Amino acid sequence: MHFINRETIQKQTKKRMAVNHLLKTLFFAATMFSLLVLAVLFYRIFTQGFEHLSFDFLTNFASRKPEEAGIKAALYGTIWLMAITGPISIVLGIGSAIYLEMYAKQSRFTRFIQTNISNLAGVPSIVFGLLGLTVFVRMLEMGRSVLAGGLTMSLLILPIIVVAAQEAIRAVPQELQEASYGMGATKWQTIWRVVLPAALPGMMTGSILALSRAVGETAPLIVIGALSYVAFVPDSIWSGFTVMPIQIYNWTGRPQEAFHDIAAAGIIVLLALLILMNSIAVFIRNKFSKRH
Amino acid sequence: MKKHLSVSELIQQNKQKSRAFASIREKTIPFILFICAVISVFTTLGIIFTLLFETFTFFNRVPFIEFITSKEWLPFFESDPSYGILPLLSGTLVVAVIAMVAAIPLGLTAAIYLSEYASERTKRTLKPILEVLAGIPTIVYGFFALTFVTPLLQKFIPDLSFFNALSPGIVVGIMIIPMVASLSEDAMNAVPNSIREGALGLGATRFEVAFKIVLPAALSGIIASFVLAISRAIGETMIVTIAGGATPTLGFDVTSSIQTMTAYIVQVSLGDAAYGSTIYYSIYAVGITLFVFTLIMNLLAQYISKKFREAY
Repeated sequence: MHFINRETIQKQTKKRMAVNHLLKTLFFAATMFSLLVLAVLFYRIFTQGFEHLSFDFLTNFASRKPEEAGIKAALYGTIWLMAITGPISIVLGIGSAIYLEMYAKQSRFTRFIQTNISNLAGVPSIVFGLLGLTVFVRMLEMGRSVLAGGLTMSLLILPIIVVAAQEAIRAVPQELQEASYGMGATKWQTIWRVVLPAALPGMMTGSILALSRAVGETAPLIVIGALSYVAFVPDSIWSGFTVMPIQIYNWTGRPQEAFHDIAAAGIIVLLALLILMNSIAVFIRNKFSKRH
Repeated sequence: MKKHLSVSELIQQNKQKSRAFASIREKTIPFILFICAVISVFTTLGIIFTLLFETFTFFNRVPFIEFITSKEWLPFFESDPSYGILPLLSGTLVVAVIAMVAAIPLGLTAAIYLSEYASERTKRTLKPILEVLAGIPTIVYGFFALTFVTPLLQKFIPDLSFFNALSPGIVVGIMIIPMVASLSEDAMNAVPNSIREGALGLGATRFEVAFKIVLPAALSGIIASFVLAISRAIGETMIVTIAGGATPTLGFDVTSSIQTMTAYIVQVSLGDAAYGSTIYYSIYAVGITLFVFTLIMNLLAQYISKKFREAY
């Protein structure tokens, strides 16, 4: 007499295996769906915008006539913005990270700063725009200048840079620092000559990725009053400006179909810039990061 | 006449100088770095005070009760403007719900596939591609929603208007899939392998391991990822501005034009609302509502992942 009914068991196992197999396929399909969307998105934008892409597109200003419209003002605006946002946010971000990782004592205030940074990363970008509008544009009377935009963007990406820099510092092995102290180096000498060089690739990668987020941001700059029709290149930190995403938004909002194609061409330029920045970040990570 | 120094005295002097300099440096640098770290605290304070202060001016002109109970948001109606946040809230909510309906199943299944089924190699190829999806600027998604998703949906739903809640909702959902997927996958990766191996050893299939063992164990992290994703969907601006329209309506009709809180702020910013007008201050009142909602969501996510974490 058998206590185990082989037939029932086999049936059940078969069924369970079938369910497993079916769901595996389903899960795979769901993962692939996201990739499919990505492919469709790229395909659409490239087919729509490619024919408008030319050297003239990069050197012409925006225009009422679609065939003459170009992205020069926005491209320069984005570069100006990066030139302001980059140094400020990187210096402040790395400074904060060094303080938090190397100097701060385990106190309630330190924990407060840390929680504050992670919460700040979750604040919608448009709220930073409101902050910039009141503090930089109105209170400090910077007007709707590229400086006000750059400072607003610096505050927006600061938390991302701090977190990335902290991770980079944490990855530097303790032994290196102890060896440095053991040789009689002071704390700052250790940080400047041992920790920072070792953490720099990680910091730069994180900073470039954060900056590429700033390149794609639109909403905060609209709120602080970046212009949407600009036919000049910023000549100082006080001039008005536009950036690529705002220019694209402006073209997308036009009813004429021809401007949608121009918008697609603008998106190609924007994506090309982002891909370039990301490749640099990946390159730095692969080239300079050492496993300790 | 100049006094002659011996070499050893010179060295001694130099040492003292550099020591003095070093000791000043060692004391001032931590202070400078501390200032850097405190700037983030000032940013938060700045946001809170800015919003509170300007909103206070707004509530001097528009009663608070009208703001939270009136069912109409008509700030541009000159003779009798009405400031009731409810239509903007419902627009935001509709988009967020549609986004979650799209993002939760797709994001969670992608996370299960990556963490429980995929080989190490597949994972290494798929994850960066998902990250690309997360890195695309929202303006690009907005363009995609307006020029591709809306026309596509109109083929299935003929009475879908050009601006609607459905299309931006779906696209916001697609935008936050990578976020749900990667945070959920992190939570599932934190479940120790020994538990999986125990279940597999008892004869469970991979699917049973995923659903009966890993999912319950990682639930707190997974739910926290959903809450964070809702917060992102609420704060998302450009997609809903481009494809959602500018008609604040109280209701849950997904086929017609709506307006979210973020889209309203953009609309006013692009227009020529004079500094000091009630409309100007209204964007701060809307902004503080947005800020409070996302802050609650973020804190809730932190609470869930801390409080209900299964420790191994």
